[in-house]
Amino acid sequence: MQQIIDRRLAGKNKSIGNRERFLRRHKEQIREAVRRAVEGRGIRDIAQGEDIHIPRRDISEPVFGHGQGGKREMVHPGNKDFVRGDRIERPKGGKGGGGGQASDSGGGEDDFVFHLSKEEFMQVFFDDLALPNLIRTTLADTPEYKTHRAGFSSDGTPNNLHVVRSMRGAIGRRIALGSESRRELHRLEDLLTELRAQPVSAERLHEIEQLETDIAALRARIDRIPYLDPIDLRYRSRVRTPVPTAKAVMFCVMDVSGSMDEARKDLAKRFFILLYLFLTRHYEKIDIVFIRHHTQAQEVDEHDFFHATETGGTVVSSALVLMEEIIRARYPRNEWNVYGAQASDGDNWHDDSPRCRQLLEHGILPLCRYFAYIQVVDQEQNLWHEYASLAEESDTFAMRKASEVDQIYPVFRDLFRKEGAAK
Amino acid sequence: MSDTFNRRHVGQAATPDEYGGRRPRPPLRVPLPPTDRPAQTLPAPSDWTFDLIDQYHTVIRATAQRFSLDTYPNQLEIITAEQMMDAYASVGMPVNYRHWSYGKEFISTEKNYRRGQMGLAYEIVINSNPCISYLMEENTMAMQALVIAHAAYGHNSFFKGNYLFRMWTDAGSIVDYLVYAKNYVAACEERHGVDAVELLLDSCHALMNYGVDRYRRPGKLSLTQELERAKDREAYAQQQVNEIWRTLPPKSGKDAAEKEQARFPADPQENLLYFIEKNAPLLEPWQREIVRIVRKIAQYFYPQRQTQVMNEGWATFWHHHLLNTMYDDGYLEDGIMIEWLKSHTNVVFQPPVDHPAYSGMNPYALGFAMYSDIKRICEAPTDEDRYWFPDIAGRDWLETLDHAMRNFKDESFIGQYLSPRVMRNFRLFSIVDDEADPTLEVSAIHDEAGYRSLREAMSRQYDLGSREPNIQVWSVNLRGDRSLMLRHTQHNERPLHDNAYEVLKHVARLWGFPVHLESVGSLGNVSRRWTVDPSTA
Repeated sequence: MQQIIDRRLAGKNKSIGNRERFLRRHKEQIREAVRRAVEGRGIRDIAQGEDIHIPRRDISEPVFGHGQGGKREMVHPGNKDFVRGDRIERPKGGKGGGGGQASDSGGGEDDFVFHLSKEEFMQVFFDDLALPNLIRTTLADTPEYKTHRAGFSSDGTPNNLHVVRSMRGAIGRRIALGSESRRELHRLEDLLTELRAQPVSAERLHEIEQLETDIAALRARIDRIPYLDPIDLRYRSRVRTPVPTAKAVMFCVMDVSGSMDEARKDLAKRFFILLYLFLTRHYEKIDIVFIRHHTQAQEVDEHDFFHATETGGTVVSSALVLMEEIIRARYPRNEWNVYGAQASDGDNWHDDSPRCRQLLEHGILPLCRYFAYIQVVDQEQNLWHEYASLAEESDTFAMRKASEVDQIYPVFRDLFRKEGAAK
Repeated sequence: MSDTFNRRHVGQAATPDEYGGRRPRPPLRVPLPPTDRPAQTLPAPSDWTFDLIDQYHTVIRATAQRFSLDTYPNQLEIITAEQMMDAYASVGMPVNYRHWSYGKEFISTEKNYRRGQMGLAYEIVINSNPCISYLMEENTMAMQALVIAHAAYGHNSFFKGNYLFRMWTDAGSIVDYLVYAKNYVAACEERHGVDAVELLLDSCHALMNYGVDRYRRPGKLSLTQELERAKDREAYAQQQVNEIWRTLPPKSGKDAAEKEQARFPADPQENLLYFIEKNAPLLEPWQREIVRIVRKIAQYFYPQRQTQVMNEGWATFWHHHLLNTMYDDGYLEDGIMIEWLKSHTNVVFQPPVDHPAYSGMNPYALGFAMYSDIKRICEAPTDEDRYWFPDIAGRDWLETLDHAMRNFKDESFIGQYLSPRVMRNFRLFSIVDDEADPTLEVSAIHDEAGYRSLREAMSRQYDLGSREPNIQVWSVNLRGDRSLMLRHTQHNERPLHDNAYEVLKHVARLWGFPVHLESVGSLGNVSRRWTVDPSTA
């Protein structure tokens, strides 16, 4: 027998192990590329793949080979007008008449480029942030499920049993199975009454007796058709569909005074991204409001938020005032879940810090689901002290110092922990 | 895991009509006569179905039997493009151990494929018993027919017939061995860490081409034996190594003095991986086993590297001949013919030297031209042929081709059969590139004076021995720093490529002590030296 085997469904993604090893080997380059991508991307676009460039020389596998020089003879096809003894100029630059020798090692080749999938990208991103595994999976999954009806199915749990449907099925089955016998029964019964109407004789009596046993057998057969059979049962079918719950607005508040350099802004950006990712998994619609401030606060778009630098002093309260105004104007509390994220280097106009605390405590926190503050330098100043006392009292306020990216996550620990507990 | 491929189809041994018997049948002198002409041609829609493939396969097989092509039993498998890329990435094998380089290969194949820069090969065929041919699902019916004729009968009969394959590979056990290799490497990764295994494999791969025995016939691979012996071997090998590196003071007397002088190894060794596996002082038993696995796989591929022209040429010749015969017998429609012929023409296109697509000789084109020409010489010899090939001119072509397929490798095949007519058709010419000369010289062209030297040059070009630098284990410093000395013997004063130093680092990693590489010119002068000391590197 000949055999043709359909292998198409088997062994998909057999190369995945090799790919993992490849990614492992080039971890450093990939992390670097992800870092650059995070800088360059908008917060909303964070969850995407990325092209990774790796210099060709880093992935070459050396083997012994011949170099240029020495004497060698090569045969080529397609002679046009050469005759024996002709002299040809040596082709310049290694390539050409010398054959393929130059191409397999050339230094000037393009980088090896490949695409990092979205999952792999997020993996690296999370690695950097030192996210615990549980959080990774929560962030990567779709959030809540809502079950709703989707017709009927033939199996399910008893509490979903649909009685009317089941009984209707049972009647149909009984009719279908019994119809033949019933028709026969009716015929025999008619025959019987007919016979009974006729004058009695021994022969008749025998026939009547015969008919009666037949009728009894038929009735028994009809009775044997079960009233309700397991195949009649119908259940309400319910399917689970993921539902993001509602709308949220996220305020990114950042100090852009001269002391916030690029590195600190990058740190802040990751902080915002993390909150954003957390929110995406909960809310269908997320608005992001960017507020930057030095002595005055203003609402800006994302690009200006991260890339424009200004100098001057720092008055943090200006941003908080603006935030409160915006919330009251545009995000009514019964429709929106408000989240705040503030990043700063801790500098503040000295007399302003108590005011900030008051603004938060009485104005903003009551409107917010959660407010996280991150300070990107270690030094503690008066703003830190004020906030610290606030943090002790409020459970919707979290603060942390982070001078490295892997220190960001703890700021959100409470937020995520609540998440875990609520489940 | 590998289970999908780890199938041996127990109980489906070769039946007489599926051939596959042990002893090669004597070749037929003339093809068998065709069977009765079919009433109508095979259906020829562009989409294939399993049923159609089966019908075509039956006819192709019957036709192949007329020419007594001796093959392993065939197993056709339909796969997707992605699976084809998988197979590409793991050097065409259905299963292989994990390594990052295969991941790299897959990524670049996939990228090129996605961008449409490259079509995938229509088929991959595996030298195993039964012979597995992959048919890609995207192929049209005409292409599937071409692939079956090409792979399942062309390549398959070559694998079974050619002396190199008969001698060096064991088609019956290769898949099992690869499964063993995969599991062994995976177990090592678990025990010793992915990094350690990866470094080791990197180093072994760098020396893969130097892990083959070129002259000695290796023992057959057998999975059961392999497993049984692996453990014993580990223990025993370690013991042997310890013997060489024994540091106890030798017994006094003349013997000691003599030993002091003795070279180790007594003769230079060409199989670097074998030497390392047996003698590297610091390798652990599992590392030796992995070196051995890489070496065995390299050995398995060695015949393929030596028979590119012959193998591809043979398969191309036979798909061409089989399909044409089927057309003559009334099985194939014109549409099918035109479609596969178009593809065939692309395959055997040889761009001339000044063509932008030129990248050396196309083995399909050269092989196909040579086999076709041998057939022509047998059937319609000219005077020139009678002069050049007195022993085959006018003989039975089937027998002659069979002989040519069985008993040569590229180098000797070209040396024996490259005819003046083929050289003229290709307009071959040879160029001498001598470093000492300011210009290149055309040393021979396709004319009466040049045929012979052209043929020799071409034959040399396919000699693996001169394509790869000749590097051998020269000596080991047993009493001193345990350094290993490799020696490169230059051929025509051709130097080593600069990345020799990088490769040497890999050698040093395996050896564990300093490694030297000398490049020796034709006059015995050491022209260049490299040294890597693993303790500082």
